[in-house]
Amino acid sequence: MIKRTLPILAALAAAVLFAGAPAFGQAKKVKIATEGAYAPWNFTDASGKLAGFEVDLAAELCKRMKVECEVIAQDWDGIIPALNAGKYDAIMAGMSITEKRREVINFSNPYAATPAVMVVLKSSPIAKALPLGDTYSLNKTTPEADKAIAAVKVALKGKAVGAQVSTTHANFLETYLKSEVEIRPYKTTEQHDLDLTAGRIDAALAAMSYWKPLLDKPEGKDMVMVGPSFTGGVFGSGVGIGMRKADGSLLAEFNKAVAEATADGTIKKLSMQWFKFDTTPQ
Amino acid sequence: MDLPFLWNTARELIAGVPLMFQLVSLSLALGLVLATLVALVRLSPWPVLSGVAYGYVYVFRGTPLLVQVFLIYYGLGQFEWIRESFLWIFLRQPYWCAILALTLNTGAYGSEIIRGGLQAVPWGQVEAGRACGMSGWLLFRRITLPIAVRQALPAYGNEMILMVKATSLASIITMLEITGIAQRLISQTYRAIEILLVAGAIYLLINFLLTRAVKALEHWLSPHLRDAPAPVLPNAALVH
Repeated sequence: MIKRTLPILAALAAAVLFAGAPAFGQAKKVKIATEGAYAPWNFTDASGKLAGFEVDLAAELCKRMKVECEVIAQDWDGIIPALNAGKYDAIMAGMSITEKRREVINFSNPYAATPAVMVVLKSSPIAKALPLGDTYSLNKTTPEADKAIAAVKVALKGKAVGAQVSTTHANFLETYLKSEVEIRPYKTTEQHDLDLTAGRIDAALAAMSYWKPLLDKPEGKDMVMVGPSFTGGVFGSGVGIGMRKADGSLLAEFNKAVAEATADGTIKKLSMQWFKFDTTPQ
Repeated sequence: MDLPFLWNTARELIAGVPLMFQLVSLSLALGLVLATLVALVRLSPWPVLSGVAYGYVYVFRGTPLLVQVFLIYYGLGQFEWIRESFLWIFLRQPYWCAILALTLNTGAYGSEIIRGGLQAVPWGQVEAGRACGMSGWLLFRRITLPIAVRQALPAYGNEMILMVKATSLASIITMLEITGIAQRLISQTYRAIEILLVAGAIYLLINFLLTRAVKALEHWLSPHLRDAPAPVLPNAALVH
């Protein structure tokens, strides 16, 4: 209780003292959590420093907000509870904006959008049976999307499919393929890649923006994207910055910065640099 | 406190108990066989064999179980020749990797417990056995082993409790036991504290039952420590 009321009281005091100044002052340091294990969105480089699309974008946004920022690494599976426990102020970790997450935290407007797609080994029979298809939105039930999901069900019947725990991808498997496939939850995406290569799972589901750069690298040379890709619905409406519900002023600041960075092409530039395709939300 | 939510969580988590029970019982059974063999080899007069057994115990006691699970699951899967051998039938599945890691771990700890139990058998008991004409296997079966088991039981009960808790590490190799299910539930609801509290309570309950069972076994194996049944005294009133 004290933890929560103190900053509010401090903010109120500041507002009274510097009438007209925003409650969210310039002296404040914003702590941003990322996973550090989801290349190229965010990862830990050879020297142990955090790098990636979101680390660069965070620097850009903070420059626009004129605040000092610190980006820290936090395990994915506890990233939302730790935000609400006050360990940091914002999450930028390739996190999709979903209704379920909106119940517990606030999101900025999206700064990236990327469909979800499955990957199998090139040598797998699924690679032939389910060639890479179109992108379907799951926002509404459409006959096209239903047909696409039905095709996935047929091709993957009885197979083991991996996804990172606590992701929209795991959620998709739980929602649509639970009775057809064996779902294997992994702590990180790197772990399902290892198991895919080792042949323990038949397919893995993750964001296209994760797969594309990986498939160009030696580690991904035996992998291939298959089947339809999906957006919307359980996959949410793009990737946004997560914040505590009480931090309304920070949300407004971030939204303004995201809008600016989208308008002047900064997000597009970073996206081309890290993903090799444009992930700016349309 | 949101009681209906806690109740639902408990029901979902209990679905992971059978898997946890399988992991514990199978790896404890296999581990006990391994531990006994290793303890006997350690006490054998052959220095090379004894050294190998000690090396195994040293490595598996000296490294974290988490690292062992990772090495067995992700490490062994990296080798092409393992993936092409018959071993892959087992190692392909996270279930058998978990069993293997838990068995090797408890085998190492268990062997030291059993060795301690065997070495603590009082010499006088063995001598008494010999005086009655027993030797070799008969002496071991009738005198040494029962006393050793009785002496090792409290320490081995500890090991069983540790194993129940160790199964939670199976969740990192995609097994949906209690902790694995808890993680999935947290990902769906983000209510980490409530879910982990319920998971903790389930482990506590299982270990409570386990400690009772070990205690009952101890009681049954220690007739010499129990109070003698009260002697049937003649009724004083009748005597006088």
